[in-house]
Amino acid sequence: MQYQSQLVAKPYFIAAIGLFIVQILFGLIVGLQYVVGDFLFPEIPFNVARMVHTNLLIVWLLFGFMGAAYYLVPEESERELYSPKLAIVTFWIFLVAGALTIIGYLAVPYATLAEITGNDILPTMGREFLEQPLITKVGIVIVALSLLYNVTMTTLMGRKTSITIILLMGLWGLSLFWMFSFYNPENLVLDKYYWWWVVHMWVEGVWELIMGALLAFVLIKVTGVDREVIDKWLYVIIALTLITGIIGMGHHYYWIGTPGYWQWWGSLFSALEPIPFFVMTLFAFNMVNRRRRDHPNKIATLWALGTAVTAFLGAGVWGFMHTLAPVNFYTHGSQITAAHGHLAFYGAYVMVVLAIISYAMPMMRGRVANCAKAQLWETWSFWLMTISMVVITLLLTGAGVMQVWLQRMGDTPMSFMATQAELSVFYWLRVIGGGVFFIGLIIYVISFFIKDKKEAVTTSV
Amino acid sequence: MDGGFFTKSRARNIFFGGSVFFFLLLLVLTFDTVQKLPKSDHRENITPEVARGKLVWETNNCIGCHSLIGEGAYFAPELGNVYKRRGEAFIKAWMKAMPTGAPGRRQMPQFNLSEGQMDDLVAFLKWTSEINTQGWPPNIEG
Ligand code: HEM
Ligand code: HEM
Ligand SMILES: [Fe+2]
Repeated sequence: MQYQSQLVAKPYFIAAIGLFIVQILFGLIVGLQYVVGDFLFPEIPFNVARMVHTNLLIVWLLFGFMGAAYYLVPEESERELYSPKLAIVTFWIFLVAGALTIIGYLAVPYATLAEITGNDILPTMGREFLEQPLITKVGIVIVALSLLYNVTMTTLMGRKTSITIILLMGLWGLSLFWMFSFYNPENLVLDKYYWWWVVHMWVEGVWELIMGALLAFVLIKVTGVDREVIDKWLYVIIALTLITGIIGMGHHYYWIGTPGYWQWWGSLFSALEPIPFFVMTLFAFNMVNRRRRDHPNKIATLWALGTAVTAFLGAGVWGFMHTLAPVNFYTHGSQITAAHGHLAFYGAYVMVVLAIISYAMPMMRGRVANCAKAQLWETWSFWLMTISMVVITLLLTGAGVMQVWLQRMGDTPMSFMATQAELSVFYWLRVIGGGVFFIGLIIYVISFFIKDKKEAVTTSV
Repeated sequence: MDGGFFTKSRARNIFFGGSVFFFLLLLVLTFDTVQKLPKSDHRENITPEVARGKLVWETNNCIGCHSLIGEGAYFAPELGNVYKRRGEAFIKAWMKAMPTGAPGRRQMPQFNLSEGQMDDLVAFLKWTSEINTQGWPPNIEG
């Protein structure tokens, strides 16, 4: 670590991990409710638990991105952060607002929450992933503005690298597309059309820029490969991302009341979306093979390679599986969607955040890398979480194929609920997979507290 | 990928040029879509009841369990076509009968909707079921 102000990233990373744990606990609750339908009912109905599960995912990933930005931008810009104080104040605002929102979800019925937070003034609530009360949505804008101001000023006053420029474009894009969450017309078709300008434009657009920048940063650090080479790869990757991903949004416009031509545009362009993910995998392995140094932080390298591969699997392969219109006609809104959503989010965004945390946390704690024993624990957590997430994905895919077969194909389709009853084996095994994932996560947390007395890798950078 | 014709600045230009081009294409397609939507969304039928019904749908977070035209959660049945599958009387009776309390079965909460809210909700679901969705879902089960 070269600049004192990089330390503001630490609370962001700690909060991210804390919220990750709660996210998974609620994942286990929703998973159980799939098979034991009245579990925790009526105290925590499924819709409430699901909302906590998905919103916490988004919020902790945002904490991770912000922490990453505060850590990376000073180092790349070769100067202290413009205002460390602002970054800390923003941290507390975001944490308190996030916590209050989650408490609101759990403490009062959603309709009451909508009423007391003034949803009537500007109705924005009650849409998937955008369930937050108006004040929370505004709070996110304020937090984003503070982040953008801080890191943009730092960049402008310091060295400008491709990594910071791409990261900044990602963060600005994230904030701009968030503004569509305030647009909720009476017409459901228009509502859905622009809803995707938040959701798709995030995960298959600007967030990929952030992912690319974080991945490139970690790779530069652990491999020592020349910046020119890494930068070129990075521009190729993000060019492919946006060239395919912007019109690729058409894969959500097949059946929502939009014109039929979207079946062509969406299928054609989204079928190419796996390419940037594939190039990202080539990139990561290529850089590690060409490394100029053997960095002692092996586990950060493993996360970096892991994120590239798993993102390709989850977003690329599982995305492709259901993206062509004739396939999507049958799989749309089935467990196939859930399978893809899990592996894509895990591979691309969970793992890239864990990669930067894995690299930066030891630095912020005054060492280049953790001791071998701590790295071993973290390696175990890597494999437990990653393998169980792949298994969960395979189980949901199995459930999805059967669901499509029983409920959507054939002359005597079964009803939704009757079909679900047939799938309970898959769902039970998924809960077990979730349990293993949770164990992996606990091991991950423990790895932060493992110390090796004999071997102290305490050098400065 | 190093040296030669394909330099970093070329890659960067492709990124900026490509992104701007395809974003403009998206805007063009969006403009065309918005022109054509009235034919498929039948907005002339969005009455005040339908609009209020959408709010009832949203403020009770129905999307947290159900999908609506295939988007949302996958815990409970698709409701984009429920008006056609079940009809008005069934929907209202169903909402009033919740929760079933059947042991181990997935439970739907009691939302205590007024008669007026119930009418609005049904109007919204009826309008939704009439959107031209290019033939989706594959059958009435959703
Ligand atoms: C890291 C990148 C990605 C993430 C995090 C992600 C995540 C998701 C999530 C959460 C959904 C469900 C949205 C909902 O609740 O309605 C979804 C839907 C979808 N995704 Fe992705 N995705 C990614 C990349 C891709 C790619 C590259 C493709 C295509 C090759 C793709 C194809 C699809 C399709 C077709 C759907 C709609 C499924 C349906 O009709 O039900 N995704 N994605
Ligand atoms: C490991 C334990 C986990 C379990 C048991 C679990 C279970 C579930 C369940 C039951 C749902 C609701 C599906 C529905 O709508 O019917 C869900 C949704 C979701 N979960 Fe998880 N989850 C787990 C971990 C994760 C992780 C690690 C991530 C992020 C990488 C994640 C991201 C999501 C997303 C994005 C959705 C919305 C999916 C969609 O709309 O298609 N979950 N989860
Ligand atoms: Fe998408």
